Amino acid sequence: MRFLEESIVKVGVEAANVEGAIEAAGELLLKEGYIEKSYIEAMKYSYKENGPYFVLAPSIAIPHARPEDGVNEASVSLVQLKDPIVFGHASNDPVRLVFGLGASSSEEHITLLRKLTGLLNDPMNVEKLATAGTYEEIKKIVEMGRS
Amino acid sequence: MKVLTVCGLGQGTSLILKMNVEQALADKGISAEVEHTDVSTASTMEADYIITSNELAEGLVGHRAKVFIVNNYFDMEEINKAIDENVVS
Repeated sequence: MRFLEESIVKVGVEAANVEGAIEAAGELLLKEGYIEKSYIEAMKYSYKENGPYFVLAPSIAIPHARPEDGVNEASVSLVQLKDPIVFGHASNDPVRLVFGLGASSSEEHITLLRKLTGLLNDPMNVEKLATAGTYEEIKKIVEMGRS
Repeated sequence: MKVLTVCGLGQGTSLILKMNVEQALADKGISAEVEHTDVSTASTMEADYIITSNELAEGLVGHRAKVFIVNNYFDMEEINKAIDENVVS
């Protein structure tokens, strides 16, 4: 289980569009071997098919696909966008934080989502994550949210 | 009472919504069974209430359950308000 570790968090990422933002969050998980390339394709396909419903809250997108699309380890990455991107959501655009969710069918999946929910239920944390300049700052926010 | 939280795939976001909805219902002392699933499965399931996003609600038009929308899945205030307005306990 991998949750917002240094190797899967990137600050100030430039992405041209929604697909680029999803790819960036997926690439972080791919280069560590937590997902397969097919999973990134499935995340983008889901966006095309189901629309931007995974923009769960103002500024926050959580692209994901199904475990069978190619997940090796339950994981959550973070891409903090340099410039906000419009995903086409009715009330939560534009997106500043993209959490790539490697969804597994294990108990770890639920643990990860609990951690993520605990972190993001506090709007102060969202603002801090969106404006953090370094991984160290993000790490502090993540660790405080763990209590 | 049976409540479904629904997202496109039934894997991630509906589970997050389920966690917060369960919390909100428990805080209100409402006993309910909350399940998470994807849109197409939800359309064939029995339930009293379905909670989902604006983007997916139109796929559930005609369902016997009362369908209502939450826009911010991490805003407990909005979730509590939506439950107060829609759920008859």
